[in-house]
Amino acid sequence: MQYHPITAEDEAKILEAAGVASFDDLVKGIPASLRNPKINLPAGMNEMDVQNLIRSFGTKNQSTKTVSSFLGAGSYEHFVPSVVFEILARSEFLTAYTPYQPEASQGTLQAVFEYQSLIAELTGLDVSNASHYDGATSLAEACILAARHTGKSRIVAASSLHPDYREVLETYLLSASFQLDSFAYQANLSFDRAALLKSLTDDTAAVVIQTPNYFGIVEDLTGLADELHARGILLILAANPISMGVLKTPGEWGADIAVGEGQPLGVPMSYGGPYLGYFAVTKELMRKIPGRIAGLTEDSNGNRAFVLTLQAREQHIRREKAMSNICTNQALIALAATVYMTLMGKAGMREVSEINLDRAAYLREQISKIKGFRVDLTQPIFNEFVVTSDKPFSEIEATMLKKGFFVGVPLEKHFPQLKNSFLVCATETKSKENLDAFVEALKTC
Amino acid sequence: MLISNDSRLSFEKSRPGRRGALLPTDRLTQSKLPQNLKRVTPLAFPEISEPEAMRHFVNLSRKNFSIDTHFYPLGSCTMKYNPKVNEWAARHRKFASLHPLQPVSTVQGMLRTMVELEEGLMTIAGMDRFTLQPAAGAHGELTGLMIVHAYHKARGDNHRRKVLVPDSSHGTNPATAALVGYEVVQMKSNERGRLSVAELEKHLDDNVACLMLTNPNTLGLFEEDILEVAKRVHAKGGLLYYDGANLNALLGLARPGDMGFDIVHINLHKTFSTPHGGGGPGSGPVGVKKHLIPFLPHPLVEKKGDSYIFSEKSPQSIGRVKAFHGNAGTLLRAFVYLRSLGLEGIKKTGRDAVLNANYVRVKLRDSFKPAVDEPCMHEFVLTLKPEQAAQHLHASDIGKRLLDYGFHAPTVHFPLVVPDSIMIEPTESESLETLDNFIAAMKDIADEITNEPDKVRLAPHHLPIRRPNEVLAARKPILTYKDYLRENAPAEPVVLAK
Repeated sequence: MQYHPITAEDEAKILEAAGVASFDDLVKGIPASLRNPKINLPAGMNEMDVQNLIRSFGTKNQSTKTVSSFLGAGSYEHFVPSVVFEILARSEFLTAYTPYQPEASQGTLQAVFEYQSLIAELTGLDVSNASHYDGATSLAEACILAARHTGKSRIVAASSLHPDYREVLETYLLSASFQLDSFAYQANLSFDRAALLKSLTDDTAAVVIQTPNYFGIVEDLTGLADELHARGILLILAANPISMGVLKTPGEWGADIAVGEGQPLGVPMSYGGPYLGYFAVTKELMRKIPGRIAGLTEDSNGNRAFVLTLQAREQHIRREKAMSNICTNQALIALAATVYMTLMGKAGMREVSEINLDRAAYLREQISKIKGFRVDLTQPIFNEFVVTSDKPFSEIEATMLKKGFFVGVPLEKHFPQLKNSFLVCATETKSKENLDAFVEALKTC
Repeated sequence: MLISNDSRLSFEKSRPGRRGALLPTDRLTQSKLPQNLKRVTPLAFPEISEPEAMRHFVNLSRKNFSIDTHFYPLGSCTMKYNPKVNEWAARHRKFASLHPLQPVSTVQGMLRTMVELEEGLMTIAGMDRFTLQPAAGAHGELTGLMIVHAYHKARGDNHRRKVLVPDSSHGTNPATAALVGYEVVQMKSNERGRLSVAELEKHLDDNVACLMLTNPNTLGLFEEDILEVAKRVHAKGGLLYYDGANLNALLGLARPGDMGFDIVHINLHKTFSTPHGGGGPGSGPVGVKKHLIPFLPHPLVEKKGDSYIFSEKSPQSIGRVKAFHGNAGTLLRAFVYLRSLGLEGIKKTGRDAVLNANYVRVKLRDSFKPAVDEPCMHEFVLTLKPEQAAQHLHASDIGKRLLDYGFHAPTVHFPLVVPDSIMIEPTESESLETLDNFIAAMKDIADEITNEPDKVRLAPHHLPIRRPNEVLAARKPILTYKDYLRENAPAEPVVLAK
């Protein structure tokens, strides 16, 4: 075994040192009836054979490198600079443990501090944690935070929330005995303010809105935070971080908590994970945020040093009184986001945001001219938009796949009223030629 | 010097006009975004060039210990080698470039790895079905307790409010139980560091929803009464939850499913060699026995005929616990590890983990005080001798001093049942030579405690920083560059009243 340095000779030496005759003597505390169970596993493989196995499994996948993908809905194809992959492959980051020993983890800790600084800057909020599992779980924990902070038990969420997020929210809140209700979106798919206001009650802890929402629509939240705060209700926004280069930030909208999927920030799509949930709050909620936080301090020589801080919130200190049970987060993926945001910098982050606005707007306009397809041109969108076809979606999907395109994400399963509708996404990875080719192919459907 | 002492932030290296990445410059439309939807605050991101960014992050990386550079005897964390072919597979474009919502017919290879990983976990743990969704161990625990909750509820058994945990349990156990609204009852370990049937009986009644247990426990000891414990908990209608943090010890040797556990989680970033990444991503698949399958999160991945599909939601399912399909890239790495090892490799892993731990244990039992002086499984716990404690230093000081010797600290001050605990888990990845060097360092430190205690108390002496002021960090939190600027802003000039 190439991963196991202990030889038969070593084993004999160990047993002798331990003063036992056989390995069984070391484990005799395990009842005999339990020992040496029958396990059905194939024989081990050398690396060459393993690589060949993975390659052969790979032939049964059609990746977005060979099929031109217009899929979004929570996972986005973005350009990732090579530096990101180089840094992520550094053993010193990849194979390091959680930075509980700050003297031996200054690299990870400073990177986390920079990540928090970038996320706070991007979202316009005061404090960020070191990351959460993903967009959906960070939203769920944001709601639990809000309920505990306000001492109220009801969360009201927009129906235009990503369906997976909604389901995760439901799972978390119901098991913790909180209540979850939703309010409708309008015919144009933006949230319905009147319905929202009507759904508020005295026991409402927080309102959850996604922007851009699941349908790609940039929500206008003017004045909403003030109205909610006047009633003691928190505003939680789930927002796409890439959009914040040009779109109004959660902080500017007056949100108390901003959460969402950090994958667009330089993370491969990787069939849905590992991604990262970003989690940012106002100063007021700083001591209630779940998960790890890095802080800047000094060492005993007065030099700059970074540490994990405010740990009185966490499970390893507080056990059942902790703010959350989270321990392992998505540190390496947060590092990818840090490197990505650093490289993009001030200008790049705005530009990438602009191009994403631009490509989706162009594609929507082109599709509006195709017979048999309908889009709404009146709403401001980011990354993606809803297309409705005269024909069944499955037919469109199959035809487009044959032509080398993943056409979009069907909506009918989660939104039955959106029959034969699908989400089409275009990021900066799509040139005018790519977009035009897609439109040409759609015309033949 | 070998390691850069530059601790400037990327923000402090910024100069107006520098770029780290260039993007397409063409625009296909005139943006018509309404003004009130636009960002107003200028984005104060750093402006640095690519070579500067590369050096910045590479130099940061060099201020870290890692498995590829150092030995981590970190108890309960199973810091084993992370095989590189796992990384090769995860980066393979046929997997890394898959969108989670592609048509199922276009991801059959990916789904097959998931199904076969699940089958492997089932046979290794002795369970009947797994969900691969949870993103970490604690996330798996949460999923498991939600299943406990749903199971009792489905039986109309709504009065069960208690979750039992031993006092040696991981902090995540009580924190998770509390998150699901359970009352946590802590049980005392006996003088041999184990849960006794007598102690269990003191707390066991028909209000118990579940017992959460790590086996071997955090003292590295097998819970010898497990069969009797399981029988009694089940007799009262409770469930048994297995915290898989220490599963490495049992690989190929024994199975939680055979011990009577109803639910298990497995930390793929421990037992199945996926990298820790400085604190994640992990993956915490949750396995259950047949009677709990309907409660698993949906969807599950399964084989139907010749193809791989997602199951329909069972009416009793707790729902989703994560968007999409779990940490798929991490699952793929674990699958590669499982196939590389095969049956013999899995068996050798558990065996060598136990052998290595016992080797270090016997070599150090005279230099420090064993918490329980008997053969251990994959890890063991030491504490200070009375004369060592009299030197006014703590387990954490020994951990810090080890850093100077080029070893990561063991887990210290955990488990809480042993004062000044030093918990050591070598894993199967380490050679006898490495273990001998570590043992020699620990013996040197034992000498220093007697002869030069300040060397230990003030350690480390040779790392990028000395001990950081954690009290200051918590009292005056500086959590972002903006906080730092605010704290260090020049004082407002004093305006004298006219």
